[in-house]
Amino acid sequence: MSDLATALDGASFDGLVKVEELHAQGMITLRGDFGDPGFVTAVTGVAEVSMPGQRGAIVDGRRGLLWMSPDELLLLCTYAEAPILAAKLDAALAGQHCLVANVSDARACFTLNGAYTREVLAKLAPVDMSRDSFGPGEVRRTRLAQVAAAFWLTSDDGAQIVCFRSVAEYVFNLLKAASAPGSEVDFL
Amino acid sequence: MLILECPYCGVKAEETELHAGGEAHIKRFGPGSSDDDFETYLFQRENPMGVHFERWRHVNGCGKWFHAARSTTTLEVFGTYSARTFEPPQEIKDKITARLPGWSWRDLS
Repeated sequence: MSDLATALDGASFDGLVKVEELHAQGMITLRGDFGDPGFVTAVTGVAEVSMPGQRGAIVDGRRGLLWMSPDELLLLCTYAEAPILAAKLDAALAGQHCLVANVSDARACFTLNGAYTREVLAKLAPVDMSRDSFGPGEVRRTRLAQVAAAFWLTSDDGAQIVCFRSVAEYVFNLLKAASAPGSEVDFL
Repeated sequence: MLILECPYCGVKAEETELHAGGEAHIKRFGPGSSDDDFETYLFQRENPMGVHFERWRHVNGCGKWFHAARSTTTLEVFGTYSARTFEPPQEIKDKITARLPGWSWRDLS
């Protein structure tokens, strides 16, 4: 297979937190009726991850299901298996009113790692990042400064961010600025 | 700052995460309607001091449209509710009555 060209070629930055562009994250957008057991069984069967509740993020190793809206899920997998899983989902959901789209190349992903992860996100998004109100297992679709993005905590001091590929450089620069050494707020 | 709870994803969304969609519960008059109906639909909007019903979209979030009841003078939010309704639910109307007895908005009170 030829080399994958991600938006920023795996750029990284070491500041308050370590910001890294993920090399290749497989992502499949799924839309359908969550109230329909046929849809839920087909999706959880192919994904091998259980169905998340409202705003839930269930990530189990390389696979994950994120609750994006009352009728939309994002399935995380490896880049290589995304087309295979999308085809399996198409087959499993044949005849149902739903959408399966492999969006791996349409998005960019970043990881944040470090004790200031919550603070870096809190600088950019209108989200209460305190431990009491946001923790691992929850996904938040919001904005980072001026562009739409979603993030979830992968551990207590790590997070993953998804944004559109076209704004990857903007988001990377934002994250760099927000995690510039010396810019600690030490509130969260 | 206005904070509305999105009834679809449960997020307490701050104003910058939302997009205002104008007055709620308007019946559309399109092609084939009378000029008077079309003019009323297009231009005659409420602009109250006090209780108001609006449409909002959780644009930097789940992307869903919803309704909000709030006061334009105090910015007090009485509640948000599904977009799939022609008028505010009784529960929202009761909340407004409890806070502002005698309120009215178009033909609601």
